[in-house]
Amino acid sequence: MLIRILKQHLAPYRPQLAVVVLLQFVGTMAALYLPSLNAKIIDDGVAQGDTAYITRTGAMMLGVSVVQILCSGAAVYVGARTAMGFGRDLRAALFHRVGSFSSREVSQIGAPSLITRNTNDVQQVQMLVLMTCTMMVAAPIMMVGGVLMAMREDLGLSWLLAVCVPALFLAVALIISRMVPGFRLMQRRIDSVNRILREQVTGIRVVRAFVREPLETKRFAGANEDLTAVAVTTGRWMATMFPTVMLILNVSSVAVLWFGGHLVDEGTMQIGALTAFLAYLVQILMSVMMATFMLVMVPRASVCADRMAEVLDTTSSVVHPAEPVTELAGRGELEFRGVELTYPGADAPVLRDLSFTARPGETTAIIGSTGAGKTTLVNLVPRLFDVTGGGVYVDGVDVRDIHPETLWSRIGLVPQKAFLFTGTVASNLRYGRADATDDELWRALEIAQARDFVEAMPDRLEAPITQGGTNVSGGQRQRLAIARALIRSPQIYLFDDSFSALDLATDARLRAALAPVTTTATVVIVAQRVSTIIGADQILVLEDGAVVGRGRHEELLATNPTYQEIVASQLTAEEAA
Amino acid sequence: MSTSQKAPGGAMKETERIQAGPGPGRGPFGGGMVAQKSMTFGPSARRLVARMGPDRHRAVAVVLLAVVSVGLTVIGPRLLGLATNLIFSGVFGRQLAGTTKADAIAGLRARGDDRLADLLSGMHVVPGQGVDFTAVGHVLLLVLAVYVVAALLSWLQGFILNGVVQNTVRRMRSDVEDKLNRLPLSYFDTQPRGELLSRVTNDIDNVSQTLQQTMSQLLISLLTVVGVLTMMVSISPTLALVALLTVPVSMLLTRQIMKRSQGLFVAQWRRTGRLNAHIEESFTGHALVKVFGRQAEAEEMFARENDELFKASFGAQFVSGLIMPLMMFLGNVNYVVIAVLGGLRVASGTMSLGDVQAFIQYSRQFTQPLTQLASMANLLQSGVASAERVFELLDAEEEPAEQLEPLAVGGRGEVVFEHVSFRYVEDQPLIEDLSLVARPGQTVAIVGPTGAGKTTLVNLIMRFYDVDAGRITLDGVDIATMRRSDLRGRTGMVLQDAWLFEGTIRDNIAYGRPDASEDEILEAARTTFVDRFVHNLPNGYDTVVDEDGGSISAGERQLVTIARAFLADPALLILDEATSSVDTRTELLVQQAMAALRSDRTSFVIAHRLSTIRDADLILVMEHGDIVEQGTHEELLAADGAYAALYHSQFAQALV
Repeated sequence: MLIRILKQHLAPYRPQLAVVVLLQFVGTMAALYLPSLNAKIIDDGVAQGDTAYITRTGAMMLGVSVVQILCSGAAVYVGARTAMGFGRDLRAALFHRVGSFSSREVSQIGAPSLITRNTNDVQQVQMLVLMTCTMMVAAPIMMVGGVLMAMREDLGLSWLLAVCVPALFLAVALIISRMVPGFRLMQRRIDSVNRILREQVTGIRVVRAFVREPLETKRFAGANEDLTAVAVTTGRWMATMFPTVMLILNVSSVAVLWFGGHLVDEGTMQIGALTAFLAYLVQILMSVMMATFMLVMVPRASVCADRMAEVLDTTSSVVHPAEPVTELAGRGELEFRGVELTYPGADAPVLRDLSFTARPGETTAIIGSTGAGKTTLVNLVPRLFDVTGGGVYVDGVDVRDIHPETLWSRIGLVPQKAFLFTGTVASNLRYGRADATDDELWRALEIAQARDFVEAMPDRLEAPITQGGTNVSGGQRQRLAIARALIRSPQIYLFDDSFSALDLATDARLRAALAPVTTTATVVIVAQRVSTIIGADQILVLEDGAVVGRGRHEELLATNPTYQEIVASQLTAEEAA
Repeated sequence: MSTSQKAPGGAMKETERIQAGPGPGRGPFGGGMVAQKSMTFGPSARRLVARMGPDRHRAVAVVLLAVVSVGLTVIGPRLLGLATNLIFSGVFGRQLAGTTKADAIAGLRARGDDRLADLLSGMHVVPGQGVDFTAVGHVLLLVLAVYVVAALLSWLQGFILNGVVQNTVRRMRSDVEDKLNRLPLSYFDTQPRGELLSRVTNDIDNVSQTLQQTMSQLLISLLTVVGVLTMMVSISPTLALVALLTVPVSMLLTRQIMKRSQGLFVAQWRRTGRLNAHIEESFTGHALVKVFGRQAEAEEMFARENDELFKASFGAQFVSGLIMPLMMFLGNVNYVVIAVLGGLRVASGTMSLGDVQAFIQYSRQFTQPLTQLASMANLLQSGVASAERVFELLDAEEEPAEQLEPLAVGGRGEVVFEHVSFRYVEDQPLIEDLSLVARPGQTVAIVGPTGAGKTTLVNLIMRFYDVDAGRITLDGVDIATMRRSDLRGRTGMVLQDAWLFEGTIRDNIAYGRPDASEDEILEAARTTFVDRFVHNLPNGYDTVVDEDGGSISAGERQLVTIARAFLADPALLILDEATSSVDTRTELLVQQAMAALRSDRTSFVIAHRLSTIRDADLILVMEHGDIVEQGTHEELLAADGAYAALYHSQFAQALV
């Protein structure tokens, strides 16, 4: 997955990557040239006592160093640009993909997880690319170059390379292979420690109310011990790494001097070459270590890549029509014909054989017990989900054939969980319709019974709203969400239990104010309170995903046992009669 | 605890929440911390080190081991230099004519080869004799021994240090955990939740990462710099001075770059935070973005923020990425200068070749830890900044400690408020001089508009907050004199936002009484109608639910929390909008079950739906923190006051 993601999203950066490789190549070669020059200083300068040669070669070394820094500086520039550009593109691809999802895919993966994938996970892979561009690319070049240069200095010692390099490689690989599963495990345990802490913060009142602090402490201590145990184990391997590498490096130097010394003594090798060989060996081993060490990053990045690939490979279950209908003739008549919906993997359908028509100018109310499928029903209209049987029609056209923009422009949805966006009261209301005037905003607020508290805010329409709307109360949030839908003046209103957080008096006033502005619209209200829907033109009683009663309040009250039960649960017998 | 610190729990105060937006979203691995500038680096760093206190013996051992091991490692090149000298001399000697060194020098001078003569005079050469491999072998064996011992010590050092660091981090985590349990609820109210969560997760992670990554390196690098410098001075003070020059230059360079990159990092993490916020909003509000046709705008804004982030992070990574090449360049220059100067000195006979070779190796070893220290600076800064945030949490004011004896209160749950006053914010009175009596076994309902103080009232009973004036008694005992755990142990509370932890439905119900038997759990589930929907779930009671729900609906979550309270079987029951998302029929059934539960215990019920509370023994109508009316349903209807108005607004149409 990691390779696929890299391949796919680095493709546009091929020229840049080529430049990075080239720069790193030149830079590395320059770095490799230095010991060779140093050897010349010793062999041709020092041994011959030629001081002019020494300074001349020194100047050359300086020049080579300058070439080297210019190359690696430029490589950092191009590398950082490439890696960050890659990250940007990947984020955009993920965001775009999630944008195409239906609610089903979003809830399948979960919004928090999607957010992590779109931000942190990208960052991990992006860092891998950056490190590769700035450091890792140089490692193999350094290794190959180092081996070549070392062999050029002297062939007699090259067998040493054949021993030292694989030895180091094996040692480091062995240690890392022990560390990698530890890292994976550690990541999972960090997650569970964090989850417990998170739950304690969010559930603090419940924890305290039930005096479960000791239990929570125990739960946490367990997770903490687990995490520490794996961290200690992987930490030990990590602690083994450095001494092992250093030991191999140092032993190699000793070996070079011993065997090299003999060669020098026999006259088959120059003493300067010996020093250079030593320097090359150190450089080669360092690069092997660096390359292997960087591999530590790979398992984490590959976990992240898997998670991103899952998002990128998920296609929306709600497919846009090939030849969308963009013009709808009617005034927003909504019809459900034999609708059935089964969640993937579920045995029983959530909704079954559901048929009804909600006409413009009428209010259709839906009431039923917890889990009866009311919210699901509402979500079918704007195609947050698609039906698995039957169809939903707006003005006689199946919603699956309508252009989404056209469909959505007809709908004013007030969701069960009133959600506001960061910004101001006005920016949230204009979410409904971007070009609404202030007067229109105030009118909508007035209908939604929100005018009073917005006027009481210091900045009124410009009063700030924090993310999710957490800085206003639940009731205020619902009223602003209703105003937002009103601004849109849609043909179809969908109120999904939108009055639950309102106290009864406000609820009643709001419904009274709503009536005149929705006279020509199709209104669908999901509610718990009978009082909210008592005046509806049509009430559907939903039970376990099927309609068990329909009609006006009085009719249902007279004939429908389920409805009678609902009413009885809210009114005393004599009141309902 | 000063009253000004408190903030309301349920209903939020706009002014306080608005400024306190969530912090920039940070990764679990704390990469995002780089931007944070520590206010007081020194004290916080010292405090962080001081936290290793309990492991101080091991920490001392670590330092000693590191000193010895670095010392040995540092001696290595010097010894290798000796070997080089032996080889060089041997090679030289073989080529020389004459019988003694003096002869050879004289011979050279005679040939006018003064420079070689100078060179030779600095060496121990026996003319005509090749390399003395016995001596070389001895030296190399010694070096080998030194290196092996150094590696062993270094390994031992890392091994022990790892234990110390992990222990310290583990302690820090559990200190934070303990702290969370001792903080007053007002702390949780005033801290934006995301901010607090970030401290207990991201920041601790970052501290632990920093400690793990830097402690060992920091120690080794610092010691190496000192050790190498000592060796260099001992070989050639002049050349050492040259090498030493790189220290201020590299510090200056690092500082300059960090000064620039710091600002860029700040920009990068600010941009990351903004992009995070936008993504979070777009994903959590996914359905709305779609239905309101705002996908295009969302993408446009995303593209803008994404591009800004690209620019900022590119700048930060580029500038900070220059540290490594620059330090390497510095190292190379140093290398060149030493090679040239050393070469000249060997040529003039004032220094041996082995010494120069050793010196070159040392100068490499010298600049490498400097580079490492420079690249660690950012990490270290960010880690200490995180530690500081964790310390802030650990230093936060706690709930007053309780030295009270456990009370064996066995009453039937009479609750009396005597002239109680309470306010969250000093200058905003909420509850003033409130008195009420709830007799044992009574069901007390509280109604009133949002912000009237209903939730506050029950929070006071739970001692989530302490009253400012007056007192509350439970069975005649002032609750302020009871241990909180005793008080809460007798109380069961079901809250509006149904909190479930990640675990099975069974575990979540058992939370009410961990020692409950399977039968008792199932009994509670049946009574509260959890059983009914659980049967439709694929894994039944073993279905895993989490904080955000998802698999079960809002109403079903509430039922689980009711089952939890049911299982706890408390003397005093508090239901705060416990059934707001449950349909009324189920609610009625639950209520009937609860009625049996309530019959011999006092309960407080807060509800919007009047149907929920109609049968209460006592209804309190609250407005602006006052009880404006109280009585039974019939009495209040007859009084035709606030309650009657509320009631009719709900039922007027039904009565037609």
